[in-house]
Order: sequence, then C-alpha cells, then structure tokens
Amino acid sequence: MNWSYTIWIPLLPFLSFVINGVLYNRLPKKLSGVIGTSALGVAALLSYLTAGRYFFGTTSAEGYQPILAWQSTWMHITDKLAIDMGVYLDPISIMMLVVVTTISFLVHLYSVGYMSEEEGRNRYFAWLGLFSFSMLGLVLAPNLVQTYMFWELVGVSSFLLIGYYYDKPSAVRAALKAFIVTRFADVFFLIGILLYSYYSGSFRFEDLNNIAAIQAAHSSIPVFMGLSALTWGLMLIFVGGAGKSAMFPLHIWLPDAMEGPTPVSALIHAATMVVAGVYLVARLFPAFHGSDDGFALHVVAVVGTFSSLFAAIIAMTQMDIKRVLAFSTMSQIGYMMMGLGVSGYGEEGLGYTASMFHLFTHAAFKALLFLGAGAIIHAVHSNSIKDMGGLRKYMPMTNITFLIACLAISGVPPFAGFFSKDMILEAAYEHNKLIYFTGYITAGLTAFYMFRIYFMAFWGRNRDYDHEPHDPVWSMKIPLIVLAAGSVVLGLLPFNEWVTSDLRPLHIHFDMMMAAASVGIGVIGIITAYLLYRKPSDAPDKISHSLGFVYKTVKNKFYMDELYLGITREVILKRIAAPVAWFDRHIVDGTMNLIGNTTVGLSKGIKRIQSGDFQVYAFGILIAVIFFVVLFNYFIPTI
Amino acid sequence: MTERIIFYILAFIMIVFSLMSVTSTKIIRSAIYLLGVLMATAGLYFLFNLNFLGAIQLTVYAGGIMVLIVIAILLTHHVGFGLPVPDKKHMILGWLAAMIGITISFFQFTTHTFKPKIGNLDDRVSKMGADMLHYGDGGFVLPFEVISILLLAGIIAAITIAKGGIPHLKKRLKSGQPTTVSSSTKKQ
Amino acid sequence: METGIQIGDVLLVTSIMFFIGVYGFVTRKNLIAVLMSLEIIINAAAINFVLINKLVFTTNLHGVFFTFFILAVAAVEVAIGLVIILNLYRLKDSIDPEEITTLKH
Repeated sequence: MNWSYTIWIPLLPFLSFVINGVLYNRLPKKLSGVIGTSALGVAALLSYLTAGRYFFGTTSAEGYQPILAWQSTWMHITDKLAIDMGVYLDPISIMMLVVVTTISFLVHLYSVGYMSEEEGRNRYFAWLGLFSFSMLGLVLAPNLVQTYMFWELVGVSSFLLIGYYYDKPSAVRAALKAFIVTRFADVFFLIGILLYSYYSGSFRFEDLNNIAAIQAAHSSIPVFMGLSALTWGLMLIFVGGAGKSAMFPLHIWLPDAMEGPTPVSALIHAATMVVAGVYLVARLFPAFHGSDDGFALHVVAVVGTFSSLFAAIIAMTQMDIKRVLAFSTMSQIGYMMMGLGVSGYGEEGLGYTASMFHLFTHAAFKALLFLGAGAIIHAVHSNSIKDMGGLRKYMPMTNITFLIACLAISGVPPFAGFFSKDMILEAAYEHNKLIYFTGYITAGLTAFYMFRIYFMAFWGRNRDYDHEPHDPVWSMKIPLIVLAAGSVVLGLLPFNEWVTSDLRPLHIHFDMMMAAASVGIGVIGIITAYLLYRKPSDAPDKISHSLGFVYKTVKNKFYMDELYLGITREVILKRIAAPVAWFDRHIVDGTMNLIGNTTVGLSKGIKRIQSGDFQVYAFGILIAVIFFVVLFNYFIPTI
Repeated sequence: MTERIIFYILAFIMIVFSLMSVTSTKIIRSAIYLLGVLMATAGLYFLFNLNFLGAIQLTVYAGGIMVLIVIAILLTHHVGFGLPVPDKKHMILGWLAAMIGITISFFQFTTHTFKPKIGNLDDRVSKMGADMLHYGDGGFVLPFEVISILLLAGIIAAITIAKGGIPHLKKRLKSGQPTTVSSSTKKQ
Repeated sequence: METGIQIGDVLLVTSIMFFIGVYGFVTRKNLIAVLMSLEIIINAAAINFVLINKLVFTTNLHGVFFTFFILAVAAVEVAIGLVIILNLYRLKDSIDPEEITTLKH
C-alpha cells in the first residue's frame, strides 16, 4: 500500500502557516481563516483516510505493524548514526493524527467566529498553522531527534499563541513562564535523549524500544544509584514529558497559559500539546516497561497519580472558568500518566490501551469544554464564574453541549469519558490499590468541580447582563455540536482492538462492580455540586470559611508559584546568579577592563613620549645609539 | 713637545668653551664661546699643518656662520635676555647620557689598535686644489659640484623660506590645523 | 711637527666635545642655542676626519676633503636652520623648542 501521501498531513498546516505568514498584510481579512480551516480540513480527511486504511486494511496475525511512510536522511553523521526525518505510522501515531487534525480543524473553524473582531487574525491563523504543523511533525516522528525538534517547535508556537495579546502584560508574562518552564524541562529531555541514545546507539524508536537488544549490545550498562543508565535516561526524558504535560511540579505554567485566546487553550492546552508527554511515554512504552523492571514507569505512575489528585483539589477552589479547566486538564493528564504507569506489556497492557483511549476521548470532551467556555466568555465578557449565572436561558445550545462534556468528564455512562476512565481505574486496581484509591477519589472530585462550574454558570443566580448573552455564531456552534457528538459516541469505539502496547488486539473484560463504583463516586460528586450550587446560597462560602487555612492554601494553588518564585529569588538569584554576576562584573569584565585600561595607560605613556619635542626624540636616539654600541661591542662581539 | 703643549692648550680651550657654550644663560655669550671653540678648532687644523682647511674653518665657520648666528640672535632676542635654565631632571639625564657616551667612546678608542701611519701626507694646497677638480681616480670633482649645487639650493631655500607666506601660516596655526610647512622645509 | 700629539688624546677631546654638544642639543631651551650645540657636534666630528686622515690613513686626502664638505653642509644647514628659526619666531613669537611640537601631529 502506498502511504507516501501522509507527508501532506503535516505539510498542509505548514502551507497555511506560510501563506498566512508571508502574505500577512496583503490577505483579505476573511481569507486567512478560510485558508487555515480548509488546510486543516483536508489534513483531517487525509488522516481519517489513513486511519481507515491502516486499521481496516493492514491487520494481520502479528497485529498492526508500524509503517515508515516516508523517510529522508537529514544528517548523516556516521554510517551507523544518522538523523532522519520521516513519517512513522503506527496505531498511536495514527490515533494522535486523528485527534490533532480533528481538534485543530474544529478550533480553526471555531476561531473564524471567535476571532472575527480581533486585529491581527492573520497572525493568529499563521501561528495556529505553525502549531498544527509542529504537533503533527511531533506525532509522526520516527526518531527522538525529530521528536525533540518538533517538541521545541510546539513549545515556540505555544509561546507565541499564549502571548497573542502581546499588549497585555499578564499574557506576555504567562507566555514567558510557559516557555521557560517547558524549556527547563526540555533540557532534561535533551540530556535524557543523549544518554539513552548513547547506549542504544540509535535515535530510531524501533531500536530504542528494543531493550533486550540494547542490553545485549552493552553487556554492562553503567549503574548509578542502583538504576541503570537506561532508566536514568528514560526518567530524564519523562521530565521533558512532564514539563510539556504540566505534571507536578512542572505544572505551574498551565494555569497561566489560559491568558491566550480560548480556542488556543482548547487546542494546545487541553487536547493536543499537553498530551505530548503522555504520547512520548507511550511511544517509548516498551523501553519504560522493560528497563529495570519498569522503575521509570513507576515514577510515571506516581507522578501522574499525585498530579491528578493535586490538580483536582486545586480545581475545586478556582473562580476563573478557564483555570478550573486548566487544572482539570492537568488532572486528566495525570490520569493518563497513571494509566500508562500501571500498565503491563502485552496481555496486561490494559493501562496502556486505557490511557490512549482516555487521551482520545479527553481530547474531545476537554476541547468541547474549552470551546464552550470560550462561547460563554465571548457572551459574558468575563472569565470569572462569579460573573456568570442563569445562562441556560440565554445559551441553550451551549448549555447542552457543556453539560454533555461535564457528564463525559465525570464518567457517567454512556458518555465517552466513562469508558476510558473506567478502564484506567480497572488497570490501576489490578496494579496497586493505593493508586486506584487516589484515582477513585479524584474521579469524584472531578465530577464535583466540573458540575460546580456548570451549575454556577448555567444555573445559580439570574443576572442582569449589560449585553444579553446569546448562543454563538454557526462557525462556533458546529465545532461544539461535532465535539458533543464525539463525547457521546467515541466511548463505544473498539479501542482495545486497535491501540495496544504490543500492537495485537487486547481482550478486556468489563467489570460491572468496578464500573458501578466509579459511576457512583461521580454521581456523588454531581449531587454535591447540585446541592451546593444549583440555587444561589451562601453554603459554599460557609464551608470554605470553616476550612479556613486549608481553603486558602488550596485556593492559592498550594503556593507553588510562590515557592518557585522564592526559590528563584532566594536561591538562584541570590546564591547563584549574584555570585556569577559578581564574577562576570569583576573577574571577566575586570580582565577586559584591565586590558583596556592597560592599553589606555600605555598609550598615555607613549603619547607622552610622542610629545613632538625634538629634543626628547634626539635623547631617545642617543640612548638607542648608546644601547646598540654597548650591545654590539660587549655582548655580541662576534658581529 | 711644543705641539703637545699647544695641543693641550687648544684642547683645554675647546672643551671649556664648548662647556660654557652649552651652559651659559646668556645667548650672546654662548655664541661668543662657540666662536672660541671654532677658532680653537681652526688652530688645531693649523697645528696639523692644514693651513687651507684652517683658513676655511675661520672664514666659513668663525666668519660666516657666526655672523649669521649673531644676526639671528639679534633678530630674536632682546639684549641681555637670559636663557631659561633647563630643569634638573633634563640636566641630570643629559649629563648622565653624555658621560656614558664619553666613557664608551673612551673605551672604544683606547682598546682599539690604530694602524701605524703609512708615509707622510701630501697636504700641499696645490695638491688639494688639483684633487678637488680632478675627475679621475681620487678626484673630487663630482662631490664638489654637488656641494656647489647644494649651496645654491640652500641660498634659494633660505630666501624662499624667509619670504614665504607667514600670514597664511599664522591663520592656519590659529585655526588649529597642523602646520607641516616647518617640517617640510627642514627637509630641504 | 705633529709627532708630539697622541691620537688617543685628540679622540678623547673630540668625543668630550661631541657629547657636550649632545648635552646642549637635548637640554637647551632655545632653538639658536640648540643650533650652536649642533655646530659643536659637527665640529668634533670634522676634527676626527682630519685627525684620522692626518695620523692614520695618509695615502690620500679623503678626510680633509670630507671636512671641506662638512663645512659647506654645515654652512647651508645653519643658514637654513636660522631662517626657519626666524620664521618660527615670527609665527609663534617664541623659539622655545618645547613649543615647537608640530612633530607629534
């Protein structure tokens, strides 16, 4: 089968980026959105075609085999070591392809309406195109170097899009924060790549994932603190993934990233870029699983579980609708990490499949939540849920889609979130009871905080709005409807047939008790939210008052930002930067100044000699003559 | 023996007068001491039996040059004008250098063995005149002509410089531009 | 005749004269005085030419002739030097060598 057309899937958004970027000022206002949307539309159709051909056309007894659809050597270093650019197709990359192109297409479409009043829409669409291109390049990468390259490109386009409102200082700060934090993590990622690739001798995923071959080639891989270099490399790579995926403690950029336009939040900070870390771990899953009895995978599980609970707790107290969604994203990604972390390989790879499944469904309902939030913000002109209330009358369409998304994320059957979340919890239960329990609590918290904002925004108090809120225009409605439909039906897809850790179909059994338990906790959360927020009351305030200090700590996000700031100020600036600055100013600059001053001093001395006074010159000549006479008569007599 | 005594007297005059000449604070006295040095030199030439050279020394140096110097002094100095004494540092440095130079040359010519004298010098004036105009081997007609052209050029240069555009130079000097005229004329 | 005169004595005298001239040349604060010091230097050198011609290389008269030419060149030099000094005096109202610093440009 010919797969070479897949190269056009990333190239089409790139084309949109180039056209919108180069013809920045000359493009008619409406056209940039049309170009971007149509490019992504075609790319989405191509990826559906690819998915269809792959999942229904290439199945065999061995399962789905990876396909290198296109490849070209980019840097030829030695005969053994070369860096390639290529398009690598396997179940997870095709799944991501579908997710990224679909969400990106819908977000483009949504943005046509959402950004219609903004200046510089061409810039916005150009950057959206750049982002889609880089994300697709990252997804399709056949080796770690290409992954890293597009990883950074994704970071850059995320930076550009967060700072889209560059005249707003908070947006600029948020963009910088996101970039610096992810960049900081990426340093570890790069070290990890180099460390791991050094021992595996390759950058290609098929070699990287072949733990047995690596260990055979290096019979004694050095061990540091009880863990082999491979595990260290994988853990460093995971740090990079954690940075991009906003895992604790590198999550601090994600809430601030909500300063960007809401569709951007939906695309980048909910559905695609932030799951890059999960995707990375899944990509290297056999390596994670195989090295040192999967120690790195335990780390992934613990970090994921903790982040999940941590974010869910914070999300309950936030008042900014987008920030609640941001923490919810972090929590759900923690879920995915947890799923991967508790997974085994082959027949025990339920967690892997569940995690990928959750990634898939989460993309749909979280994008829907963000786009719905965008519609609300567009209508109310405020981010704070205190300014909302009673919106169900004004925006029935948004109300329904938002409710579907909330139900999906809360794990209520038959919505998509239920299936994937249940699968993760099931995998966790088999692996570790504590992780399962934490995830279980988190599920309840999730239901609670989602319905908290739902009830506060759409029910609660009736307000008098300056402008009467209304449902958005059709270009914004269509994505909502499509995603709502997706949130309903996507859970029924036979994911276990397609996306598995060993590429073979996985047999799963449905545990009724487990499902009932997770639905139960979700319903409890919903009911609690209903009781507290359905009608305007002062009960929530009373509860938060009675919690006092705890509430304040949580509301301030456990003072993580302050902690970072403190560490930066007290340790990095005072203990490291200040001495370095001192060194730079006094030693480095001092050396330079010394050279400069010496030169100036010398020239001053020489200038004094060059007085123009011929008698001084004559004296100089005399001294020189005497010197040479003495030299040649008494010291070099042979001449 | 008489020659030796005369030589020592002349040597004494030359050294003392040149010393006085370079240290005197009155410029006109300095010139007179210089005249003494030049005349003593002429005396030395007479002592060497080079009468023609001694005569030239007297006429050109003691006569011509000294007159020029005296006229220049009269044109540039008020009578009785005291020369500034050089500052101590310069004086000490100058003496030091001079002493070192004298010591070194002294050691040079005392350690050097000069060739013995070969025959007597034919120093008749007629021989000198013949050599001066002789163009063959040992003749000096070419340098003689060159020196006469040089003298001519010197006269013309002196007239040109003495006449030459002072107001123009002054203007340039005041406007702060470097004046290269003085150095370029020195080359002539 | 010249038998009583030792070559070393004359050389000593001329070198003393020469360096006295040099001392004057570098220390005098008057251009005419500097020129006069120069005369002493030239004179000392000229004496040496004659001396060596007379006492060592007696086969020809090169030293004497050289002294002639030195005299001529010295005359020209003094003439032009004095004219330049006069010009400078007219230009700057001073013949202090420390004020003639155009060389540094």
